[in-house]
Amino acid sequence: MKKVKVDPKGVLTGSHYIDGDYAIAEGGLAAGCRFFAGYPITPSTETAERFSERIPHVGGVFIQMEDELGSIAAMIGAVWGGKKTMTVTSGPGFSLMMENIGLACMMEIPLVIANVQRGGPSTGLPTLTGQQDMMQAKWGSHGDYEIIALSPDSPQECFDLTIEAFNLSETYRVPVFVMTDECVGHMHEKVVIPPAEEIEVVERKWYEGPKDKYLPYKLDKDGIPFMVKAGDGYRFHTTGLTRDERGYPVINAECQSVVVPHLVDKIINNADKIIMLEEDEIDGAEIVVISYGITSRVAIRAVQQARKAGIKVGTLRLKTVWPFPEKRIKQLARKIKAFVVPEINYGQIVLEVERCAAGKAPAFHVPHCGGWVHDPNDILKVIKEAAK
Amino acid sequence: MAEIRFSGFGGQGIIRCGLITGKALSLYDNKHATMTQSFGPEARGSACSSQLVVSKDRVLYPYITIPEILVSMSQEAYDKYEPDLLENGILIIDTDLVKPKPVREKIQMFAIPSTRFAEELGNRIIANLVMLGFFTAVTKIVSPEAMKKALPGMVPGRFLDLNIKAFDRGYDYGGEVLKTAKPAKTKKKTAAKKKTTKSKK
Repeated sequence: MKKVKVDPKGVLTGSHYIDGDYAIAEGGLAAGCRFFAGYPITPSTETAERFSERIPHVGGVFIQMEDELGSIAAMIGAVWGGKKTMTVTSGPGFSLMMENIGLACMMEIPLVIANVQRGGPSTGLPTLTGQQDMMQAKWGSHGDYEIIALSPDSPQECFDLTIEAFNLSETYRVPVFVMTDECVGHMHEKVVIPPAEEIEVVERKWYEGPKDKYLPYKLDKDGIPFMVKAGDGYRFHTTGLTRDERGYPVINAECQSVVVPHLVDKIINNADKIIMLEEDEIDGAEIVVISYGITSRVAIRAVQQARKAGIKVGTLRLKTVWPFPEKRIKQLARKIKAFVVPEINYGQIVLEVERCAAGKAPAFHVPHCGGWVHDPNDILKVIKEAAK
Repeated sequence: MAEIRFSGFGGQGIIRCGLITGKALSLYDNKHATMTQSFGPEARGSACSSQLVVSKDRVLYPYITIPEILVSMSQEAYDKYEPDLLENGILIIDTDLVKPKPVREKIQMFAIPSTRFAEELGNRIIANLVMLGFFTAVTKIVSPEAMKKALPGMVPGRFLDLNIKAFDRGYDYGGEVLKTAKPAKTKKKTAAKKKTTKSKK
């Protein structure tokens, strides 16, 4: 993994009062994204608008595509053309992207997709919040593969984690999702963008060997294959079919047994390096509240009140949601009385908590069907119930 | 810690009020300010509001529960949001657009004909800036210098001077009003009050 300084043209150094959607665009531009293909959808449109306004000034391209299928297809092409690329969407667009997200996973394409979640299913609540695409992010396309998903809780983190998303996508050659929501997307706060020389990004893993020896899916020592730019004189093949090191289709179980474990293991075996958690007062806690995104800020109200009432509550915020922090949940399950998992859906991440806790500690879910954030009292009630 | 709600109808620049004040506080007054807004399929003319949570430290919970300052620039918004105002809070209205009920005992009310003043300055579209000047003067929650610094980028460049003029008109009027009234102070919420209203949506 080679780290390099960023192109200062994309970095809007200074303090800004912007919303999460704009911060995602600034994070992408700072990380070196120079190709944006997307289809506007509420509540993520501001990111696309910001890109369309800013990217021509930094030497990049913005394309409004015919739809979300085309968006990912264009991005895959742009990556083979040597660009860093991202797009932004919300639930309905995310559904349309799934076909080509699978292609990107199979082709091992580094790209970033921000999902500013709204209430679903279907067109649901275009203008109102939700956290209902968390499982879709993990399982949305068919077949076995792994992706990475991050969840920012503030405009500042929208900026920071978008840069991180690019770095992870380049390190592991995998699509990375920034799973935010309408509340954070439209919330305005101070966002500090550091000077360009203080931002380091992961450089794509370029192949530098002889032109006739390039194999697009031959694994390097770190398990990640090299990339080249189309048009630079390398002859190679890439496809959605199960392939060999040359990228040519090999349709048999033997080849499948190499490709699929590789797509999964390159993420799972590096989970410790990828996972970012924020913990507070976990030591000695009897209850641990696990949350992510906007819900972690709402849950804080309930946690503070529960602590006042004498309950020992710790918090664990998932900045990385996928890969899931399995090990940490297992450790905690042995020590605590119960987990409480508020999320703006009818039970998604709580299922992962339950799976990892494996019966050692129960997971109490605090559901919300979307449209608004939890009433902190609803979370408090469940914390009290769990502490009984 | 202070919770502020700006309210009025779509098209008056109510969201802009929250943005300018939030920017002024966070970038130039060394505070933390989180702005959230009503975001729906609202149209020009319907009720609209922006909310600001202001704090010395990082704002954790980003939503307002019992605002201590309510600015209302339309009757509909006033009717909708006045009942949620803290019992000893500050109410600021456009006197030509809001006919208030008898003011609750401990609430301090300040009134300004902001839209009329804006029209006198040549354009009613800057009524929100007149209101922000007035708001700045009577609440003292944000400095006028920070507010003016926050304007570039928040209002169209060619109208910057006009917006500053509008701000000053409201600010000066606020000064005059304060001479005859007791200066407003942001009041601490009592814990008891907080609990009773917590269950309100």
